[in-house]
Amino acid sequence: MAVICPADGGKPGHSLIPEKAFIMSGYGINSEMETQEALLRAGMASDIVHINDLIAGRQRLSDYRLLVFPGGFSYGDDTGAGNAYANRVRNNLWDDLLEFLDGDNLVLGICNGFQILANLGLVPAFDKNYSRDIALMPNRGGRLECRFVTIRPVAESIWTHGISKLRCPVSHGEGNLSCSPETLQHIKKHRQIAFTYCREDLSPAGGEYPFNPNGSVEDIAGITSTDGKVLGMMPHPERAMEFTNLYDWPLVREQQRRSGERIPEESLNMAIFHNIVGYFA
Amino acid sequence: MASFVHRIEVHYKKDPRLKIRTDRIRSLGFLIDELQLTDVYTIATGSRDFTRDELHGIGARLSNPVVQEFVVDEATTAFFDYAIEVGFLPGVTDNVGTTARQTIEDYLRVTFSEGDAVYSSQLYFVRGHLPPETIRRLGDTLANPLVNRVIIKTRQEYGDRGMDRVVPRVQLHEMRSVGLVDLEIPDEDLVRLGKEGIVDPKTGVRRGPLALDLAQLHAIREYFNGLLRWPTDVEIESLAQTWSEHCKHTIFASAMDDDVPKGLYKTFIQAATNEIRKEKGDSDICVTVFTDNSGAIVFDDEFLVTHKVETHNSPSALDPFGGALTGIVGVNRDTIGFGLGAKPCMNVYGFCVGDPAADIKLFRGKDRKNPVLSPRQILDGVVRGVGVGGNCSGIPTPQGFCYFDNRYAGKPLVFAGTVGVMPKETNGVRLYEKKAEPGDLVVMVGGRVGKDGIHGATFSSEALDPASPVTAVQIGDPITQKKFSDVLVKEARDLGLYRSITDNGAGGLSCSVAEMAKESNGCRVDLDKVPLKYPGMAPWEIWISESQERMTLAVPPEKIDELMDLLKRREVEATVIGEFTGTGRCIVECQGIVAMDVELAFLHDGLPKKILKTTPVNVDNPEPDLPYPARLDDLVPAMLGRKNICSTEFVTIQYDHAVQGGHVLGPVQGKGRVQAQATLTKVVLGSGKGVGLSQALFPTYTEIDPYRMAGACIDTAIRGLVALGISPEEIALLDNFCWCSSDEPERLWQLKRVAQGCYDYAKALGTPFISGKDSMFNDFAGYDAENNRVKISVPPTLLISSIGIHADVLKAVSIDAKISGDLVYVIGETAEELGGSEYFAHLGYTGNTVPKLDAGAAKARYLRLYDAIFHEMVASAFPVSRGGLGVALAKVAIAGRLGMDLTIPSVIRPDYFLFSESLGRFVVTVAPDHKREFERIIGADALLLGKVGGNRLRITGRTLLFELEISKLEAAYKAPFGGF
Repeated sequence: MAVICPADGGKPGHSLIPEKAFIMSGYGINSEMETQEALLRAGMASDIVHINDLIAGRQRLSDYRLLVFPGGFSYGDDTGAGNAYANRVRNNLWDDLLEFLDGDNLVLGICNGFQILANLGLVPAFDKNYSRDIALMPNRGGRLECRFVTIRPVAESIWTHGISKLRCPVSHGEGNLSCSPETLQHIKKHRQIAFTYCREDLSPAGGEYPFNPNGSVEDIAGITSTDGKVLGMMPHPERAMEFTNLYDWPLVREQQRRSGERIPEESLNMAIFHNIVGYFA
Repeated sequence: MASFVHRIEVHYKKDPRLKIRTDRIRSLGFLIDELQLTDVYTIATGSRDFTRDELHGIGARLSNPVVQEFVVDEATTAFFDYAIEVGFLPGVTDNVGTTARQTIEDYLRVTFSEGDAVYSSQLYFVRGHLPPETIRRLGDTLANPLVNRVIIKTRQEYGDRGMDRVVPRVQLHEMRSVGLVDLEIPDEDLVRLGKEGIVDPKTGVRRGPLALDLAQLHAIREYFNGLLRWPTDVEIESLAQTWSEHCKHTIFASAMDDDVPKGLYKTFIQAATNEIRKEKGDSDICVTVFTDNSGAIVFDDEFLVTHKVETHNSPSALDPFGGALTGIVGVNRDTIGFGLGAKPCMNVYGFCVGDPAADIKLFRGKDRKNPVLSPRQILDGVVRGVGVGGNCSGIPTPQGFCYFDNRYAGKPLVFAGTVGVMPKETNGVRLYEKKAEPGDLVVMVGGRVGKDGIHGATFSSEALDPASPVTAVQIGDPITQKKFSDVLVKEARDLGLYRSITDNGAGGLSCSVAEMAKESNGCRVDLDKVPLKYPGMAPWEIWISESQERMTLAVPPEKIDELMDLLKRREVEATVIGEFTGTGRCIVECQGIVAMDVELAFLHDGLPKKILKTTPVNVDNPEPDLPYPARLDDLVPAMLGRKNICSTEFVTIQYDHAVQGGHVLGPVQGKGRVQAQATLTKVVLGSGKGVGLSQALFPTYTEIDPYRMAGACIDTAIRGLVALGISPEEIALLDNFCWCSSDEPERLWQLKRVAQGCYDYAKALGTPFISGKDSMFNDFAGYDAENNRVKISVPPTLLISSIGIHADVLKAVSIDAKISGDLVYVIGETAEELGGSEYFAHLGYTGNTVPKLDAGAAKARYLRLYDAIFHEMVASAFPVSRGGLGVALAKVAIAGRLGMDLTIPSVIRPDYFLFSESLGRFVVTVAPDHKREFERIIGADALLLGKVGGNRLRITGRTLLFELEISKLEAAYKAPFGGF
């Protein structure tokens, strides 16, 4: 598949791990290119594959070690965000997916991808029981909002290793995580909360808008499967890979100019992609 | 026929939006207790019924068991007083219904037959004791009668059985054929034919405006007399589309008075660009100007960027949501249809509407019939439409504006633009060039053809009046478009599977195919092959339908199999409907007969030439004799709270501006989140360069001084980009003229003066126009509530959009004051120029002195500021615009949540100094360490006003003028749209 963004993988000393990522596309998924770019910058090559080509057997999941459901608006969020795409996966790719989940592989879903994972039951997936246990409901504000949020890791996992915070955009109409009290207890007990929304000083958002942008229970921004190999998150680290993508970079740059600090190129959000590469490397 | 109809209703057990939805409805004046929402899917099939188990399986797939419940073929149980169901009228695009159908087909491995469908609707349960009349009004607020059906039931009527099963299927029975049109009729009948359309032979009803005038109809009659035959209705409708003001821009193309024999476009717009390009020589940034669907400039050695801004005013007046949505997805196709297909990488928007707080009641018909939507409803709809279009398509929407004036209450202006990016070359093929060759197949890609948008092009060329056809309303389907956009621009283009491409916009196939036929010099189309949404359409309707989400491709025969296979795998419908030829003719066949056979030369150039006459308008408003205000500390917050100055962040926040990963400087900036004049985005990841966008309009200036108004727009659009750190040498412009009553010589004189201004200022600043569009009749004619005839015309509006390439985004500058102790400067001279200003408007005056741009001085200043930013001397830069210096200083302070202590000079009285809208100015903040170097670069233009610091904005003239807390200013700035 042609990619318009020139790959940055050609930097001196930049080497790629042999494991490859499979990035799902089609039907209105739209963040496949920046997701590919983020992985490439971290050191992992990937193929963007239309779901219909996977269904038709033109590609095989078993050739890959990371499966990504990127952000987007699959089926225009009709019948519930991520629902129609999840139905398409469940109806046509379920066995391949189960086989992939049984291997030593990772699955990442961002925004619409998280909504798809939730509808498929790939998170929280207690005891590998892939039932729908959580829902990403419409935002409390009743509409899509695009803004930068601060999130912090809760449980130590493959994904959150070494991260103290991320600052990246959310852009969704349905990110308001809801589940039964029992499910919530279970998620907490098994340390499956990957990230929560917080204030800039990393104190809890406490449900307060706009720090918690959607009304998510316990400020949850992302959760993992019980075995930790599947992560679903609403915020978009891949949309703020660079220092100049951050909301407050002009102020930070000005402060750093005056203190003589080096101005970074990469943003802190790349940590999550470095962690993926670190897991395989 | 649908023999089996089932109804599935889905609702949240506990709806998180309940409170906000209820609050919003209450804020519109409906004092309800609660508004619950249920999603309804009506499944209507003819060939196959579904079992109860299957229906429950379907219900499970259309809902989420964690938080929702559903019922099949029974009434949802709810606690309410009224139930209001809002669905679509037959033939209106129903995206949710389509997704539900696909979900069912995939789940049960069935294929719905022709005519089988799923229809979506919303069922609102209203709790509250309201009179039936209020409930009816609420229904009208939740729906739009032009696209929706509304059914209201009381609790009692709802009973145990609930709502009725409604199948809004399009039913057209007769097979319709090509007709002939007699033009040998008296002139008064010809005029009527042009205004109201061809009489349908079966019904006797006129088919809707052709917008052809007498001279044009005479030319057509003469042409067919020469052929010794009558024209067909397909030919007349096709000529009407191609010759429409919307497509041919006759007002800009026609000679004007004695001094503009070549017309406004060639004399002023195109000439400016040509002369600038020549002067710039090797540093010319233009790649493609005016000829293609978008204009294009150089991004770097490898890539180019395109830009195009369209308007969608008439459709948005009738259905704001659908009109704005089709506007934005339509202009996306001007990107996909540029060259061999550019990737849409940014959307821009602009809304000119009435004040949403104003209570304006207008009607298209007498006796309060066919009411015009309120400014609030129009604003809500257009905001949502552009949002859905961009968000669903994965295109960021960083740049845009709202502008309020009650002269837009009859007809809003909705600007929609798209920036694209493409490599200049792939596999040795120049992607910005295209040419259909004789023998290439005509392939229609995307959605199917229905009656939507018939007479869209001719309709928007006429003022809105009671006879406006409702078929002008369309709802876009961004996901269908996203599917073909992805496969064309990211796959098929680089595989070289087609030789030319254009979009189906105004005029549908009749315009797109005939336009591409110019490349090969001919075409032949078989209308029987065009896939239809429903049977029973007449040939002329198929040919000119403006059904959305379609592209036309020219495909070499040897590539057709590969292309069709690829499109099929991406679930994108494509059909070969004819071929391009070299015969010099446009031939359309249907039902075995020739429905159209017209020479391309006549179709494109047979339009009779006109000479337009203008009459000068001299406006001489008295300059107000204002007493000096007693207190400026009330005035500054009041100015910040004016609708055209305050924050409209509620819009920008609904628009994704981070998708594609290129956000650099977004629509709101700084800790205090103030809206910027310009935005900066990376469109090629991995490049250090960025694309800056800005826009400007000054409708209040036009009638006072149209020439200076053009200067204000051009300067402000450029200055926004210069403030980001973009070189004025790297900026190009787009023009959108939205005029009114363009058959009046006075309005044409204003137009001419603006065009002259565009030429002079663009030339002086060295910024070429690369694309433009006009919309000439933005007038509303109808009735007020007392049955008086009213005409409301928009103020003649020029929107200038700018696009510029930032050489190094790491050096870009945002608008917010950053660090205490920084120096605050104003760069550029302030004069007493308050004609048409926000300040005068605030006090109820107009005035006479519109700001005048000294373009030479401005250009030199912009180069110097660019230099200072490039050398990292500047901490923040803000272009002074509406509301003047006082507003600009307050915004810079609010953005940084930092105070300022400033002293202004006393040459001009302080209120005029603070609120004059003189052009060419910036507010900048500079680190004290850079003072000498900065002042050396900028020179005498830089006026030091004081310092950043504290938490108050304190401004002193001869004495203290005011001292205000930044938090209070921020509150005033954000209050007006707080509840939106």
